[in-house]
Amino acid sequence: MATATAEPRSVPATEGDGHKHKKNALSDGQGRLAWILLAPTLIIIAVVAGIPVVMSIRESFFQTNTGVDPNTGLIAGGETFVGLQNFTDIFAGLNPVQGNFGTMDRFWNAFLNTTFITIVCVIIETILGVAMALIMAKAFRGRGIVRAGILVPWAIPTIVSALMWKLIFDSSGVMNRILGREILWLADTGASFWAIVIADTWKTAAFIGLLTLAGLQTIPAEVYEAAKVDGATTWQQFVRITLPMVKPTLVVAVLFRTLDTLRMFDLPYGMIGAGKYRVETLSVFVYQETTQNRYGPAAAYAIILFIYVLLVAFVFVRVLGADVIGDSGVPKKKKKKKGDQESAGPPATALEMAGGAH
Amino acid sequence: MSTTTAEIREEHTSQEEVERLAHPKRPARQRIGVLASYVGMAAIVLYCIIPFYWMVVSSLRQPSEGRSTEFIPSPMSIENYQAVFSPVNNFGRSLINSLIVAGTTTILTLLFGIIGAYALARLRFRGKGAVLWLIMACSMFPLVVLLPPLLKMFSSTEPFTWFPYWINTYQSVIIPGLSFGLPLAVWNLTAFFRQLPVELEQAAMVDGCTPGVAFRKVILPLAAPGVFTTAIIVFIMAWNEFLLALTFLQDASRQTATVAISKFTGTSGFDTPYGTIMAAGVLVTVPLLVAVLIFQRRIVAGLTAGGVK
Repeated sequence: MATATAEPRSVPATEGDGHKHKKNALSDGQGRLAWILLAPTLIIIAVVAGIPVVMSIRESFFQTNTGVDPNTGLIAGGETFVGLQNFTDIFAGLNPVQGNFGTMDRFWNAFLNTTFITIVCVIIETILGVAMALIMAKAFRGRGIVRAGILVPWAIPTIVSALMWKLIFDSSGVMNRILGREILWLADTGASFWAIVIADTWKTAAFIGLLTLAGLQTIPAEVYEAAKVDGATTWQQFVRITLPMVKPTLVVAVLFRTLDTLRMFDLPYGMIGAGKYRVETLSVFVYQETTQNRYGPAAAYAIILFIYVLLVAFVFVRVLGADVIGDSGVPKKKKKKKGDQESAGPPATALEMAGGAH
Repeated sequence: MSTTTAEIREEHTSQEEVERLAHPKRPARQRIGVLASYVGMAAIVLYCIIPFYWMVVSSLRQPSEGRSTEFIPSPMSIENYQAVFSPVNNFGRSLINSLIVAGTTTILTLLFGIIGAYALARLRFRGKGAVLWLIMACSMFPLVVLLPPLLKMFSSTEPFTWFPYWINTYQSVIIPGLSFGLPLAVWNLTAFFRQLPVELEQAAMVDGCTPGVAFRKVILPLAAPGVFTTAIIVFIMAWNEFLLALTFLQDASRQTATVAISKFTGTSGFDTPYGTIMAAGVLVTVPLLVAVLIFQRRIVAGLTAGGVK
C-alpha cells in the first residue's frame, strides 16, 4: 500500500516525461478540490499568524509616543515612525543589566540566556532521551508502565510544573534538604539557570525518549544479528548501527525541542519571575516590554527571535538533513533501499508506520 | 516466547526436556542485561513520577506546613483543596473558562483540520510541499511575535481604535490559539489519514460514491480514533496554554485555570500559599492524566506520528 501511495507522490502530477507512475484514481487532476479543502486552514493561518507577523514587522519600525504633547497639552497618543532605531538600539547599550555573562544590554543578556539555556537543555535532554529509548527498547515487559510514566511530565501544564519546581527549589525546600546545602535557587543567582535547566529537562527528556523509541523500533533485528556474527561489540553496534539508523528521527526530535526551548516562557516566568536577568529569556523580555506598552522595541525583539528560530531551523534542515515534512522521506528512503539490494527487507511500510504504530 | 515453543514440542520431547526448554539457561551476561533494563525502567518511571509525587504530597499537608520537607504528610489534610475553592481565588470559574477556551479551540481546529489534512494526505497537487512547510513553520514560530500587535489591537489603542475592545474576551485567546492548534491538528491528522489504505476510497468510488461521500462514509469512521487522539492532544495543548491567557485575560473572572494558579496569593500577604497552589495544580492536572493514561497507546502514536512538541 505504501508503494501505491508513495510512488506517485514523489512525481509531480503534471510531469509527463514518460515516467510510468501508477495512476491514483482518487487524486489525479484534483488539484482544485485540494485547494478548496485546504482553503479554510490556509485562510485561518494567514489571519491568525500571517497578518499578526506582518503587523509585528510594521510595529518594529515605530515607537509609542510618551509624555505630553506640547501643542495640545494632552498626554500624547499615537506612534512615531523611527525606522530601524528599535533594531539599532540593541547595539547602543542603553539598558545595561547584570546577568550571567557580565554587564551588557538587556537584549543581549536575554539573547545569551535563551541560547545557553537551549544548548544546555537540548544536549542533556538528548542524551537522557536516547538512554531512555535504549532502555525501553530492551524491555520485554512493563513498557506500558514506563510509557504511562513518561506521559506524566508531558501532560502537566508547564506553568504548574514551574510552580512545582519552585516549591522543590525553595531555599528551605526539599532539593536543598537532599543536597544538604543552602542554595538560593530562586533568588536570581547562577543557580537559577540550573534550576530552569533541571525543570525543563524533567518535562521533556522523556519525550525525546518516546520519539527516539519510535525510530529504534524501525531498525530490523537482522542488522544487529549480522553485526553480532561479524563480532561487533555492543558499543560498536550502538555507534555504527543504532545511531546512524535512528538519526533521522532523532534529528527531527532535537529540532522540535530546540525550537521549543528557544521560545521558552512559562518556566522562567513561573519559577523565578519576570525581570530576573539571570534567567530572562527573549520571550519573557518581549512579554515584559509589551505589557509595559513599549510595543515597538518588543516587536523588534520578537522579530529578531523569529529570525533566530528560522535560522536554527534552516541549519537543522540543510546541514543536519532534518526531514521535517516526512512526505518526501518515504520515497527517498526507498531509493536508498533499492541501491543495496540485500536489505530489501522491511520496506517503506515500516517507515510510514514509524510514526503511527507506536 | 520460550513457553510457546515448549508447548508445541511437547509431544516429541520428554518431560525433562520440556522443563529445560521452558526455563532456558541464559548466559549470565544476558541475565544481567535484563536486570539492568528493569532497573533502568524503574529509574525512568521514578524520574518522571517523583516530582509529581512531591506536588501531590505537598497538596495534602496542612496549609501552615506549605514548605515542609517531610516525605509523607504527617497529619494528612484536605484543607488545601478546600482553600482552592474559596471565593477569593475564583478557581471554579477559571476551570469553566479553561474548559470553554480549550473546548472551542479543539472543536474549531478539528473542524478545519480534518478536511485540510485529508487533502494533504490523499490528493496530489502542485505546491503541496510548500503548504506542508508553511504549516510546519507555523507550529514552530515563537508565539511572542503575536503579542505586541495583538495586545495593541485587542485593547483598541491608537492605530486600532476601530477594533472592538477584546481584552478579557474568550475570542482573544481562542483565535490566536488557532495559530498553534490548527497546524498541530493538521499535522497529526495527515499522518493518520496516510495510514488508511487508499484502496478503501477507490473501492467506495467503484461502488458509485463521489469522493466526498467516500470520505464521509468510509474514511471518517475509520479515522475516528485518529481524530479523537488529535482532539485530546490539541485540548491538552490549549488547556495548558499560558502566555496568551496571561496577556489577554486580565480580569479575574475571565482567567483560565493556568493563569489563576500563577496568581494565587496567600491570605497572609507575601507568603506564597504553596499548599493551595499545589492542590490547584493537582486538580488541573489529574483530569488530563486520567485521559492520557486511558488513551496512552493512542496518544503516543499520535505524538510520534505528528512529531510535534
